Amino acid sequence: MNSMQTAAPAPAGRSMQWRSLEFVLGALLSGVMLTLVLTSVWIFPDRGSLMDLAARLSQPFAHWDHVLGTDPLGRDVLARVLVGGRISLMVGFVSVLGASVLGIAIGLVAGYYRGFWDMLLMRCVDVQLALPFILVALTFISILGGGLGNIILFMVVSQWVQYARLVRGMVLSVREREFVQAARAFGVRDLAMLRHHILPNVLGPVIILMTLNVANNILLESSLTFLGLGVDPLIPSWGGMLADGRTYMQTAWWVSVFPGVAIMLTVLGLNLLGDWLRDRIDPTVKL
Amino acid sequence: MGGFLIKRLLQAIFVVLVVTFLVSYAVRLSGDPAIMLSQGAGSVTEQDLQNIRKGLGLDRPFLVQYADFVRAMLVGDFGQSFLGGTPVARLIGDALPATLALASVSLLLSVLVSVPLGIQAAVNKGKRADQFIRIISLVGLSFPNFWLAIMLVLLLSITFPLLPPSGWDGPISLVMPALTMALILSATNVRLVRTAMLETLSAQYIMVARSKGLKERVVLYKHALRNCAIPLITYIGLQFGNLIGGLVVVEKVFNWPGLGTLAFDAIAGRDYPVLQGTVTVLSIIIVAVNLLVDIAYGLVDPRIRTK
Repeated sequence: MNSMQTAAPAPAGRSMQWRSLEFVLGALLSGVMLTLVLTSVWIFPDRGSLMDLAARLSQPFAHWDHVLGTDPLGRDVLARVLVGGRISLMVGFVSVLGASVLGIAIGLVAGYYRGFWDMLLMRCVDVQLALPFILVALTFISILGGGLGNIILFMVVSQWVQYARLVRGMVLSVREREFVQAARAFGVRDLAMLRHHILPNVLGPVIILMTLNVANNILLESSLTFLGLGVDPLIPSWGGMLADGRTYMQTAWWVSVFPGVAIMLTVLGLNLLGDWLRDRIDPTVKL
Repeated sequence: MGGFLIKRLLQAIFVVLVVTFLVSYAVRLSGDPAIMLSQGAGSVTEQDLQNIRKGLGLDRPFLVQYADFVRAMLVGDFGQSFLGGTPVARLIGDALPATLALASVSLLLSVLVSVPLGIQAAVNKGKRADQFIRIISLVGLSFPNFWLAIMLVLLLSITFPLLPPSGWDGPISLVMPALTMALILSATNVRLVRTAMLETLSAQYIMVARSKGLKERVVLYKHALRNCAIPLITYIGLQFGNLIGGLVVVEKVFNWPGLGTLAFDAIAGRDYPVLQGTVTVLSIIIVAVNLLVDIAYGLVDPRIRTK
């Protein structure tokens, strides 16, 4: 890839500064949020659901016991935010993993072999681009019920096409390159060719797309759960907490503010990283 | 041009058919409307249920029912609400103006904000102003729509009681949902304007315009902006589905009496004909907008037609 040559000649000093700032900020935000959420199992083994009825609706930043305050049932908001983050992050990562593996495989096959499967893929792309997926999803989820599995499944079904389209397009150009032709002349088999020669050359933009989609799917999960179409309301999750908090908005602003801040910091971190990666790997790629 | 038009039109019709098929199928999965309709009617025999099914035409194969739904849809008949029996078409007709009002006002607001900001970012590429605008727009893309809505309610209705928090209370009720939508849309649009503008600004006619000694404002807003209007409209057209998706959620949070709220109330009440009709109409709107954008693009830029 000659992306380095095609990068717009930016005024070097400031631009480099900005890029590294973007990276540091993104890595810091997503790293800290990820660590906090993942270690919350040990920090707050069960505080997310523990009800301290004596300290119901305590104000944030008032007691060391409940730094971010408590909700109307006396549950610690900080603990719930961190514990709830596990669900959101899991949905984000698992759905992206599923969609990308499926999409990469289909994109590789379609781009490398062309023919019937390629045509079928392109028709899927057409429909996916034009289909108001959120509406179809709302219909299906409202009828089949939300739940963790269904949400992830829906995200995989609706997003694999993005990866397949991206990979296919790049395979089309990579397969004509000299090193692929040389490998073919040496008698490298198709599977080895795809794994060792083609896949590594298309992975960069896929990783950008994955980063941005983890961010997106965290938002999507919280929206669906907020609307009562997502994760079981009894399990703490960011969207669910926001839905709860909305009821107490008049009396306890902190219950609906902090889960949103948690979502924002995590997603912003991932978006910054994705943006930085795009500048690094291939500024010309349109995602 | 004729061939291109026909191809695009057929594609659009195909997509609408796919959507309606999926939605009808989902509604079929929801269970037996006969049982739902007969709830609260005292003792119901199997024979009664059969009669209800026959009356609704539910005893026929799914494909026949689907064909019927499409045929009825073509003359604007979406069936009746399970709750109260109002024609779905009338419910949609009542809600549509509210949705269109919200969509157009927020789109307009967002253009007013994002065009100047995007242009400033592009002109100052890599400088502090650009970085600032990019960070702000990235922050705007990083929280859920409904959270912004909640925060605005918290700020403008509870802390400073300036605006009504939800529902329809005269035109003033439009302010908060429109503001929310406009902010959300601007986060994306600023980036789109910036990208389109960067491409345009490197063109030679811009250099010519500048070297003629035209004022920078004229160069940017007259020469450059006009030329990036086409890619901008295309991007925004592609985003339209997302716009409607966001709109649906924001409507629900503010209880705005539009199609989104109608759809969610239908979900809550298991009122499937209403849900089916609303989703179908929203999909048709999205597909139609995309079609119009493509046609407009094809008219302006002959290269698209031959692709």
